Amino acid sequence: MRHLLQGRRIPLAWLLLTRQPIRLLVALAGISFAGILMFMQLGFREGLFDASVTVHRMFDTDLVLISPRSMSSISMSGFPRRRLVQTMAHPAVSGTTPVNWNFLLWRNPQTLVTRSILALGFEPTDSILNDPQLSYKTESLTKPGRVLFDKLSRKEFGPISEWYEQGKIVETEVAGKRVRVSGLVSLGPSFGADGNLLTSRETFLKLLPSTPTGSIEIGLIRLKSGYNKQSVADAISSSLPKDVRVLTREEFIDFEKNYWRTSTSIGFIFTLGAVMGFVVGCVIVYQILYSDVSDHLPEYATLMAMGYRLKTLLGVVAREGVLLAVMGYLPAYMAAQGLYALVRSSTRLPVAMDLDRSLLVFSLILLMCMGSALLAMRRLVDADPAEIF
Amino acid sequence: MNLLANSSVPTFISAEKPAVEIVGLSHWFGKGIMRREVLQSISLEINSGEVVLLTGPSGCGKTTLLTLIGALRKVEAGDLRVFGCDLRGSSRKTRQLLRKNIGMIFQGHNLLRCLTAEQNVQMGADLIDGLSYRVRRDQAREWLRLVGLSDQMDKLPHDLSGGQKQRVAIARALAARPKILLADEPTAALDSVTGREIVDLLRRLAKDQSCSVLMVTHDPRILDIADRVLKMEDGKMVQPLE
Ligand SMILES: Nc1ncnc2c1ncn2[C@@H]1O[C@H](COP(=O)(O)OP(=O)(O)O)[C@@H](O)[C@H]1O
Ligand SMILES: [Mg+2]
Repeated sequence: MRHLLQGRRIPLAWLLLTRQPIRLLVALAGISFAGILMFMQLGFREGLFDASVTVHRMFDTDLVLISPRSMSSISMSGFPRRRLVQTMAHPAVSGTTPVNWNFLLWRNPQTLVTRSILALGFEPTDSILNDPQLSYKTESLTKPGRVLFDKLSRKEFGPISEWYEQGKIVETEVAGKRVRVSGLVSLGPSFGADGNLLTSRETFLKLLPSTPTGSIEIGLIRLKSGYNKQSVADAISSSLPKDVRVLTREEFIDFEKNYWRTSTSIGFIFTLGAVMGFVVGCVIVYQILYSDVSDHLPEYATLMAMGYRLKTLLGVVAREGVLLAVMGYLPAYMAAQGLYALVRSSTRLPVAMDLDRSLLVFSLILLMCMGSALLAMRRLVDADPAEIF
Repeated sequence: MNLLANSSVPTFISAEKPAVEIVGLSHWFGKGIMRREVLQSISLEINSGEVVLLTGPSGCGKTTLLTLIGALRKVEAGDLRVFGCDLRGSSRKTRQLLRKNIGMIFQGHNLLRCLTAEQNVQMGADLIDGLSYRVRRDQAREWLRLVGLSDQMDKLPHDLSGGQKQRVAIARALAARPKILLADEPTAALDSVTGREIVDLLRRLAKDQSCSVLMVTHDPRILDIADRVLKMEDGKMVQPLE
């Protein structure tokens, strides 16, 4: 306790910073700017990867069958539906859903402009998405030429949900054939697809007659409880020919994210953006701390002449670095929250603050401030107490 | 309040010996043909509690001598002992510890611009180990009262007059409870009346703490405060005219 009381000192670092409020504000603006830049770039990066699996996450499934030739959601290959039926032989399997997955041209009923939309075809009686409301809507798909439209799709597809909710009959062309919207669902656009629609396999095959009969792009496999997904996946995989791949739900999600991460330069571009933010921040903080130390050099020298240790004074500069980091981070964090909300509402990208990223950005800002403080300390070592007389 | 209570003296400092003993101290500046002997075989002694003035023409080496005694420079030749501690070949650490026991007052006040008068003085008091923050702060206030600035404690140096700043500097130097005060032309920036007040104050407070004083000055009107006056010329000690 005694030691604690003794330890309290004049908060020199704080006073050095705050007695020059303009310079402090400039420094904080710079650090916050760098922080916001890093938050946005890293947020976009994660958001885009996350956005690539909006639909993947919603499937009501434990395991997924795909063709080994499928590279990503934008280039799915077909495989024989028979393989999915074969998996029923495994005692752990409780149900399966064959799904057709392809991109079709949707005509905006208002502007008549066409745009590519992701269409999922399935048996209306099968379970497909983790959405308890869906089973009421899928009944309507048993009639031919009916689709469920994703109301979170981008606006370019037309005012479908508005018209539908106003009670209008919404009809348009998909792949050149007339369809009627018989309900709305909420999925959300993904990186590869600006919008989604659900329909029966029967309608799907009519819209896309080139699909080989008995061929599907995705097979959903639900397991009874109490089974280890990975070991069932391995067992099914070894019992089936090599013309299908068995993935767990998580592997299916990673498979898609990995494509965007490794086969495109998106990850690199946004990482580069974050690095730029970091570098800009470093330059600003270094400038501020360096000129702060230079300005106060005679005062530091005076303290040394009084008997203060160099270590103590280096500590003052280090504390200035920490203070700048904390004070610069908080506004960056709050601004990023606001900007994320803005991005979500205007692009529907699932960009959100998460703990990992907020810690990462804080660490980067701290690193930036402490690194600059360390460089500025070199100037302090030049302080010669003999020169101040 | 007894400001000297509980003072911590490093073990290498001996109280009986003279505060400063110098024998044959020489110092050079520059390199090669530019090398010039600034101090030539200086010898002097300052006893504890003594007030000594050092005068001499500009450039004769007074400041250099002061920085050597203040453990701010390395001793090149000769013997220099401060409180019995040999400064020749001393380590950085020894010099830093020794400096805690040496108060310094500069021509410019050299106060920290971002600190109030009270905080500046407390930077001196903070050098004393083993005291709580509250005690150190109270001592800082007491010192400011002793130099007559009780009502200026929360002002920044910027808002103080030259004389007031020098008073704060004296309070700061004494707050660290030094055994010797080194002052380099502390009145140079002040008018003669204020200058006189400052040296009188300095002398009185130093005598109260039995702290030795070595003060460099050009001002002949303040020579009377000294127990002894030393005169330098061209890097050498000369006998002062009686
Ligand atoms: N750091 C230094 N480098 C080189 N020469 C110096 C330095 N400091 C002082 N000198 C020279 O040493 C001499 C003595 O200087 P100084 O001790 O400051 O004299 P005083 O304080 O008596 O005016 C002067 O000629 C000065 O030019
Ligand atoms: Mg001088």
